[in-house]
This record gives sequence, C-alpha cells and structure tokens, in this order.
Amino acid sequence: MSDLIRVVDAEQATRNERKALGFWIYIMTDCVLFATLFATYAVLHGNVFGGPAGKDIFNLPFVLAETLILLTSSFTMGLATIMAAKGNRHQAYTWLAATFILGFSFLMMEISEFGSLIIDGNGPSRSAFLSSFFTLVGTHGLHITVGLLWILVMLWRFYKHGLKKQDLHRLSLLALFWHFLDVIWIFIFTIVYLMGSLS
Amino acid sequence: MSNRKLISYVTGFVSSVGLTLVAYYVVVDRAFGVGALTYTVAGLAVLQLIVQLIFFLHIGQEKGTHWKLVTFIFAVLVILIVVVGSLWIMHNLDYNMMNMSPDQQKIYMHNNEGI
Repeated sequence: MSDLIRVVDAEQATRNERKALGFWIYIMTDCVLFATLFATYAVLHGNVFGGPAGKDIFNLPFVLAETLILLTSSFTMGLATIMAAKGNRHQAYTWLAATFILGFSFLMMEISEFGSLIIDGNGPSRSAFLSSFFTLVGTHGLHITVGLLWILVMLWRFYKHGLKKQDLHRLSLLALFWHFLDVIWIFIFTIVYLMGSLS
Repeated sequence: MSNRKLISYVTGFVSSVGLTLVAYYVVVDRAFGVGALTYTVAGLAVLQLIVQLIFFLHIGQEKGTHWKLVTFIFAVLVILIVVVGSLWIMHNLDYNMMNMSPDQQKIYMHNNEGI
C-alpha cells in the first residue's frame, strides 16, 4: 500500500514539474507580449501631439511609493510560500493576505493615477504617447487584477480546506506569476517613469 | 532548507529596494548628465532583473536540465529582436520620411550626410 502511495506521489510530482514548466513558458510568452508594448512605447513616446510629455504628468514620489509597495508584496508572497512549505497554515494565510492588501493598494494607486490623468483631459486618446502609455501600464494593471483574483481564490481554499499538498504547488505557480509582475514593473518604473522624466 | 530560502528572499528584497532607491535618487537629484543617467538607470534595472531572477524566481536552480533557464534565454532573444528591431526600423522609417521642407532637407543632407 505504501509503495503504491509512493508511486502515485512520484507521478504527481512529475506532473507538477511539467505543469510548472508549462506555466513558466506561458510567463515567457507574456514577457514577449510586454516587450512588444515596450517597443511600441519606445517608438511613440516622443509623439505628444501638442499634449503633455512624460515629465509634465509623472509624479515620481507617488510612483516610487507604488514601486516599493509592489516590491514588498513580492517579498511577502515569498514569505507565504516559505510558511506554506513549512506547513504553517496561519502564517502562510497572513502573508498571503498581506500580499493581497499591498497588491490591492498598488492597483488603487494606479487607478487613481489613470483617473486624474483622464479627468485632466490627458486620456489615452490625447496623443500617441498617452495611448502607448495607457496600453503598457494598463496591461500590467490588468495582470495585477488577475493576480489579485487568484490570491483571493487561494485564500479561500486555504480557509476552506487548509493546506493541501496540491495547494502548495498552486501557490508556487501564483508566486511565480506575482514575482514576474514585479519584474515587469521594474522596467515600467525605469523606462516609462524615470527615463520619461529625464528627457 | 526553508532557512536558506528565507535568506534568499531577504537578500533579494533588500538589494531590490536598494537598487530602486539608488535609481530614483540619481534621477531626482540629476546626479549626472541626461545621457549618462539614462545608461545608469538602465544598468540598475538590468541588475535588479538579475537579482530578482536569482533570489525570487530561482532561475537555473532546479534539478536536472535547466529548462527554465533555457526558455528564459530564448525569450530574451525574441525580446531583443522585437525591441531592437522595432526601434531600428521605426527610426529608419522616420528618417526616410523626413518631416521637413525641401530647403530644410537640402541643408540637413549637406550638414549631416555631406551630400
């Protein structure tokens, strides 16, 4: 009987490894998607059509706060996976909830930034620069929204069923996704905001 | 095992925050000229990418064949072709469609191309 369990466990482990690789390849294709949006932004960022350029509309301290919040949420997500691997359900739950709160604050800040731009008449239809800006940053925000929904589902599962073995695997994929979004944001922060406020 | 992972996450977090703050303050303080600053923040971003790949995404640390690393390198190749290619082509197109009057064009060609 225990032999059978071992064989089943080993099969599940191989399947999980394959799923993790598949998910990683999806993330790589998502990187390519973001690369095309970055290329579009790089080509169009000077075409302001008489409207504001990046340095006129970017509020750098605000964006720095967003960046640090997202970075911290990436860290707390890492802590959640460590605690879950240890079998410490309460800690894993707490850190995952912290990740959700930080991610949600980030999303709210981004929405408020978009909102104030649109209210000032600098929406995506204002110029090619703003179209590419909204597309790039908005696509990242959309990914964050999906990630937040996924975190909610994980929290609900932890709450309802406790820490199942298979949930550890799901949590590791979620963590991968969340870290990836943080990496994309580094480049948005650098290329769009920091370099945009230079020229 | 989990202690080593914790150290890895703390290292990644602290160095990422450090790199972000350095990039922010050199830009806000205009530490050097615009050209040098652009290269500096780009370099800092790549450094932070490497830090996060190692300490958060644990790339190249799995057992057996490093498929994660291999697919990542392939993705980087595609990304470089897409980004550099787009910028190159669009810059060239912009240049060929010179948004100038014929007189301005003549002066431009004379000054910049020696024609």
